[in-house]
Amino acid sequence: MIPASFDYVRAGSAEEAVAALVEHGDEAKVLAGGHSLIPMMRLRLAVPEVLVDITEAGLAGITDAGDHLVIGAATTHHDVATDKVIETHCGVLAHVAATIGDPQVRHRGTIGGGLAHGDSAGDLPAVLLALEGTMVVQGPGGRRTVPASEFFVDYLETAVAADELLVEVHVPKLDDSWGWDYQKFTRVAQAWATVGALALVSSNGTISDARVGLTHMGSVPIRASATEAALAGQSTDAIADAAARAADDTDPPSDLNADADFRRHLATVLSRRALEAAVG
Amino acid sequence: MTTTENPIQANVGRTRLRKEDARLVTGRTNFTDDIRLPGMVHMVVVRSPMAHAKVTNVDLTGALDMPGVVAAFSGADLADDAGGLPCAWPVTEDMVAPEHKALAIDEVAYVGDGVAVVLASTAAEAVDAAERVVVDYDPLPAVVDMKAAIADGADLAQSTLDTNVSYRWPLANGDIDAAFDGADVVVEREFVQQRLIPSAMEPRAVVAAPMGVSDELTVWSATQVPHFVRVFLAAVIGIDEQNLRVIAPDVGGGFGSKLDIYAEEILALVLAQKLGRPVKWTETRSEGFQATIHGRDQVQKISLAMDADGRFRGLKVDLLADMGAYMQLLTPGIPILGAFMYSGIYKMDAYDFSCRGVFTNKTPTDAYRGAGRPEATFAIERIVDEAAHELGVDPMELRKRNWIQHDEFPYEMIGTLTFDSGNYEAATARAIEMFDYDGRRAEQANRRDSGGTKQLGIGISTFTEMCGLAPSRVLGNLRYVAGGWEYAQVRMLFSGKVEVITGTSPHGQGHDTAWSQIAADALGVPFEDIIVRHGDTAVSHRGLDTYGSRSLVVGGAALAAACGKVVEKARRVAAHLLEADEDDVEFSDGAFRVVGSPETSMTMQEVSTATFVAHDLPDGMEPSLDSDASVDPDNFSYPHGTHLALVEVDTETGQVELLDYVSVDDVGNVVNPQIVEGQVHGGLAQGIAQALYEGAVYDQAGNLQTGSFVDYYVPGAPDFPTFRTDRTVTPATTNDLGVKGVGEAGTIASTPAIINGVIDAVRHLGVNEVLMPASPRNVWTAIQQAAASGSADSDDAQAAAAVQADDAGPDAAAADNAGQAQHAAGDTGTSTGGDA
Repeated sequence: MIPASFDYVRAGSAEEAVAALVEHGDEAKVLAGGHSLIPMMRLRLAVPEVLVDITEAGLAGITDAGDHLVIGAATTHHDVATDKVIETHCGVLAHVAATIGDPQVRHRGTIGGGLAHGDSAGDLPAVLLALEGTMVVQGPGGRRTVPASEFFVDYLETAVAADELLVEVHVPKLDDSWGWDYQKFTRVAQAWATVGALALVSSNGTISDARVGLTHMGSVPIRASATEAALAGQSTDAIADAAARAADDTDPPSDLNADADFRRHLATVLSRRALEAAVG
Repeated sequence: MTTTENPIQANVGRTRLRKEDARLVTGRTNFTDDIRLPGMVHMVVVRSPMAHAKVTNVDLTGALDMPGVVAAFSGADLADDAGGLPCAWPVTEDMVAPEHKALAIDEVAYVGDGVAVVLASTAAEAVDAAERVVVDYDPLPAVVDMKAAIADGADLAQSTLDTNVSYRWPLANGDIDAAFDGADVVVEREFVQQRLIPSAMEPRAVVAAPMGVSDELTVWSATQVPHFVRVFLAAVIGIDEQNLRVIAPDVGGGFGSKLDIYAEEILALVLAQKLGRPVKWTETRSEGFQATIHGRDQVQKISLAMDADGRFRGLKVDLLADMGAYMQLLTPGIPILGAFMYSGIYKMDAYDFSCRGVFTNKTPTDAYRGAGRPEATFAIERIVDEAAHELGVDPMELRKRNWIQHDEFPYEMIGTLTFDSGNYEAATARAIEMFDYDGRRAEQANRRDSGGTKQLGIGISTFTEMCGLAPSRVLGNLRYVAGGWEYAQVRMLFSGKVEVITGTSPHGQGHDTAWSQIAADALGVPFEDIIVRHGDTAVSHRGLDTYGSRSLVVGGAALAAACGKVVEKARRVAAHLLEADEDDVEFSDGAFRVVGSPETSMTMQEVSTATFVAHDLPDGMEPSLDSDASVDPDNFSYPHGTHLALVEVDTETGQVELLDYVSVDDVGNVVNPQIVEGQVHGGLAQGIAQALYEGAVYDQAGNLQTGSFVDYYVPGAPDFPTFRTDRTVTPATTNDLGVKGVGEAGTIASTPAIINGVIDAVRHLGVNEVLMPASPRNVWTAIQQAAASGSADSDDAQAAAAVQADDAGPDAAAADNAGQAQHAAGDTGTSTGGDA
């Protein structure tokens, strides 16, 4: 469990980090909380030649930007989970962050790291998809904005290029019309989700907007679009039938915890429960 | 606490905070990996990625060229130096077993089998170099499944053997044919004990060094059994025993996985000799999953014959036990330890047991917390629940009709053991009271009636087990190569302070504290004045170490005996100095007093000092109070208890939640209640983990698919409710302390309690079996299968389950299940009745 040898760069700013990434290209990996990368290096499944440490690059922090919140990529899950501004304006994100791993993980792991890793079994992608948040990516040519819906490209692959760095996560402020719930289905408390369903619903008896993000239901994180479409403009009585379509057009993985059929079944049950809780 | 005897003394019977915890929890101690010696080299083992293959070539040249590398060896290079790994329990005369070298030479037999070692100046250099070793393999068929392994024409797990069946071991008592032929009801089941990975907190580690006097070699090892390690390493390597010192420093848990002699211990010692330098090896967690022994992995066919009123007549058990690829120290004997326990706490007329030990291309199995008894307890407690269901009686009532009554002890049970003491009625009454059994049954019925998706189940386990390994004579009869005695020594220092030496080898159990309590009361000295030394063969030269809940039962009894000898010597000195007749000197509260003139007294400390200076001792008396004792019990000890679990099953997802757990254990007299409670809590967690969470899975090629904690679920505190524990006290009669052992009770009892609860929650849906671990997938699958088979008129399995829940009253569900039980029994042709 000893990683192969590597060089180490501690970036003092996003610009320094990007410069290091430009210099080393595919041989470099960004180190934030290290909770996915370091285990893979210890198992020698990842053998980067250079680690670019961004934990002191000034990328942590939470800012109220009027109609949305700006969360620095190096902000820890713990800080997201316990921040008063996030709790007030985007409680669903704080709630999901609090379900990640265990306290040790949450004190090291970061929101940017969790998203940039692009693991569909992670909890953050589903909530960012449902929030329709945006990611700010910095590269040698400056910053660009990527909608969450375009961020997750393939298995463990995101829109962040090898010479780019995820620097900010933007999420909207939610008004009182929104209700939410995250149904995270795990084997033990600290495990990855077998399946998760994140419901975010704006409703006043009639559902004006329903969004369902699914965790671990494909090679990339996805939304349950058939369920969402079946709910728009409907009363909450439509939830059971709509949730039954949560796994439509999904291609979930099979593993020791669940084969694809069981995952599809869980997705429908968990989506129904999340939606009912969100409007309840 | 329900108490029939309450021997609370100044120390014994009271909670004392553990002396050892400050150093353990702050890390201010030596674990084996903390040991660093001048000139030390680090060893890495290159392991087979194939489950079964011929080794055609091992090329070390790439490794030898790497920076820092000191040496590298293949199995062939060390063929003459490193002996085979020992098996101390050849259970039958004709048992077959493959040679088990420290490094494989021609053939690897499981993923993780060592093929080469690389030694370098640093651990990192050794890891880098080990990646450059090139091994050529010629694949052989992998034998993974035991049932396939015993079929005619099966592929062989070991090509040097002509069979996969190592041995067949029988135990029979009573007329089994009469018991079954005359039975009104026979219930038969097949249970699967899944494979488990022990997962001790501290990985294995060893340091071997040519240091000490003259030709002496010293081995530090993260082991439960330093005395075993000394004897066996000396024997298999050919070292004169007096020249080998083995030290188990503080050790971070074992659960049986460190009750073994491992290849890496042999290799480190052989290479330290060869290189003349200290050699260190520390297991990675990944290696721990593959190359430290696993537990359980048995298939149990069990049938219970009853009269119509539920009286048990006889029990048959046909067991397949997976040895893995090789025999480790006690591998073949683990299912044999279970053989004595299948009848549980129940009376019956006949018993017939047979076990086959089977080789497969998987990691060797060996002792894992409970070692044979959890498997047996699971089988009997599960089938009693199935029998109760078939008879239509409450499962607790059926137990009461059959268990040994408290006034029947000592009781010679059908498994050929003599239970010396017990009171199953008392423990059960207390558990029922704490749990509110009737109230919970009513709550369960309400949930049933509501038809909701969260159903309640009540799980029962009324268990006993055998602890205190054990009578040497019995072990000899079982062809176990060691004895079962234990040793203690008491050294009285000049100042009256005390050194206690024990042959047990704690690795988390708290012996420093409990042994201090025993000695403090026996010698009348303060608890704080005692130090307990263990785990170093140069300090504790005799001992048989710690496993099988034996330490207090045997080692504690040895300490009490040694303390008694000290007191008698001190009484003689005191009588001499007090100018009184020895018979007139009483000892209590740490002082010797002359009967009739209590002001004439000496403290133990004063006597100790007087003996040390030896200016005025009785004629002919040696100037020492130091004493030792070796104790060999004449029977095992038999803890028992009643455990009750309230579980909630989500019938839509298969998720099981444990809502409440009550345990009432009778472990006899107790030295330190808090340590006992801690052992019960940890044991419960480990037993519940087997029921709900843990399970090693191999694919058909013999690859371990659960090779890390990401895939192998060891639960944590958030996964459990607060356990509610209590005790009854029925002292053991087979040792002077009246203690029975508590290290494994929680693990043994809890697994069937949980599974009985899970099935109780969904039995109305037609479920009568769930594979362990009872994961959501396994529970949901069981519900779907039951729905599909029970309601063929609906193609919607979930709806079918709901319909059955709504429409089928308890009687209908019972009839349906009885039919299934009958069907299962009928399949094997052993059923003689049932309610068909």
